[in-house]
Amino acid sequence: MTRFARNRGALLGLLILICVVLLAVFAPLLFPDSPWKMVQRPFLPPLAVEGMPLGTDTLGRNVAAGLVYGARVSLIVGLVSTAVALLIGIPLGALAGFYGGWIDEGAMRFTEFFQTIPSFALAIVLVAILEPHLTSITLAIAIVSWPPVARLVRAEVLSLRRREFVDAARLAGLSNMRILFGHILPNAMSPIIVMASLMVATAILLESSLSFLGLGDPNIMSWGYMIGAARTVIRTAWWLSFIPGVAILLTVLALNLIGEGLNDALNPRLARKGR
Amino acid sequence: MTLLAAILARAAKAAITLLMIVILNFFLIHAAPGDPAAVMAGENGAADQIYIDQLRAQFGLDQPLYVQFYKYVGGVLQLDLGYSYRQQMPVLDLILDRLPATLLLTMTAFGMSLLLGVVFGLAAAARVGRWSDSAITGMALLFYATPLYWVALMAVLLFSVQLNWLPAFGYESVGAGYTGLAMVLDRLRHLALPALTLGLFFMAVYLRMTRSSVLEVSQMDFVKTARAKGLSEGIIRRRHILRNALLPVVTLAGLQAGQLVGGAVLTETVFAWPGIGRLMFDSLTARDYNTLLGVFLVSAAMVILFNILTDIVYRLIDPRIAAGGAA
Repeated sequence: MTRFARNRGALLGLLILICVVLLAVFAPLLFPDSPWKMVQRPFLPPLAVEGMPLGTDTLGRNVAAGLVYGARVSLIVGLVSTAVALLIGIPLGALAGFYGGWIDEGAMRFTEFFQTIPSFALAIVLVAILEPHLTSITLAIAIVSWPPVARLVRAEVLSLRRREFVDAARLAGLSNMRILFGHILPNAMSPIIVMASLMVATAILLESSLSFLGLGDPNIMSWGYMIGAARTVIRTAWWLSFIPGVAILLTVLALNLIGEGLNDALNPRLARKGR
Repeated sequence: MTLLAAILARAAKAAITLLMIVILNFFLIHAAPGDPAAVMAGENGAADQIYIDQLRAQFGLDQPLYVQFYKYVGGVLQLDLGYSYRQQMPVLDLILDRLPATLLLTMTAFGMSLLLGVVFGLAAAARVGRWSDSAITGMALLFYATPLYWVALMAVLLFSVQLNWLPAFGYESVGAGYTGLAMVLDRLRHLALPALTLGLFFMAVYLRMTRSSVLEVSQMDFVKTARAKGLSEGIIRRRHILRNALLPVVTLAGLQAGQLVGGAVLTETVFAWPGIGRLMFDSLTARDYNTLLGVFLVSAAMVILFNILTDIVYRLIDPRIAAGGAA
């Protein structure tokens, strides 16, 4: 904990993330109107009119409201898709590493197959075929992001399963499942936590890329959609593309900084190499 | 194992993977919403049942699933990727038409990002802990967190709209009729921004990999031995650290190349670059699923091919693999 707090980058990241989360949580209080509602003249530059601090978009919608509601989508998709990816990757990697043999062989072939397929292309195809919806987007991102988790967990379990505490647990008569999920996995948690925090960042980038291409949920305002919609007017209203991009950049940067801070705090032996 | 045998084994594995992707593709096509026959009939402005049935028979859509599956896999093996009803062209022709542009873009971006990433990564590792290291790693962190398509848009804004240095879109100046060197220069000017924006993200990835790999190798025992032997720092760096540190970077870069194809969809969309990424975007908006899945299949095949090439390069630069197998 103190090691994390001493890392200035990680603290900055945490601060930014807290701001984004607060904005997302209190979105309906800050902007009671729907972000889709046309409230003013279109193309108002930032700070031109009271109550529209970031101006309005091509259809006269409040950019600030869109930004705040977009934060919700980014965070939800980022968190849920990472959780689903962990739910696929952890058991698969754990079983492969623990049992070895044909289970390991099969699981790793399966993982390799998914790693070979270009992930963004697969995500596009999945969302297009399942129809763009918050669920399909989250699922598609989870499906393309679990393989590294499975590989990491497998490697961790492989290195832990020959340790003495595992032998002790076996002598105590515990079942394989109890040993694996109760004793081995808890000891493998710290690299998984680090990877998960970085995965949330990647998932947010993926979600924004999908909605930039027009594969976002048509009923939900998102940062990628805002940039995609403002793309054609970049010559006349550059700030409409600029502002949501900064929001994505800050959020993803914050998560990456936190991930690195966690890495330094949880794996001090690895971290010292870089310093 | 000899190089040839290794390549053959690798190719056999790749063929199995490709076949699995073909099978996945078939099921994805059938999961796609809408009846293709009804869509086609709608396109032609005649939606009566007889016409739809006729189309269905013509394209074999009335046959049982396993017959369609057999025909699809057989077709793909003969390089038939289906027909784009939207563009009135076989999907393969559409893709082959666009493939050179994508190869040019991704290869340029890959070469550039690997070169810059390694150079900056080495520079950062050599000055570890100092401000120049922090500046380089900070830059990498920034590019790593920026959405690719947003960098592309901002580059257009800066270099095309504001400074008017480089063209904002396309593959060549339309109607300029350049020939010879002028044409090459014109194409390069068009290539500059897409390749740069696609490469920046991957440069950040390779930079971080190079830096940490160099730092890791620097701590190894053989480096200490070299230093104890009294070798000069320059020789240790070049002959001992660099060679060992770059191997994992090259392998991982090769495996990462698949991500470039995905990134190309975004870059090509922003810059109206006439490659398969742009084709993918167009088929998305047109709901042209045959083309969409054709592009998916071809990009997966490209990635597999690239992985094999990386494998061969790796074997050539690291003789230990071949020697270990033969012993």
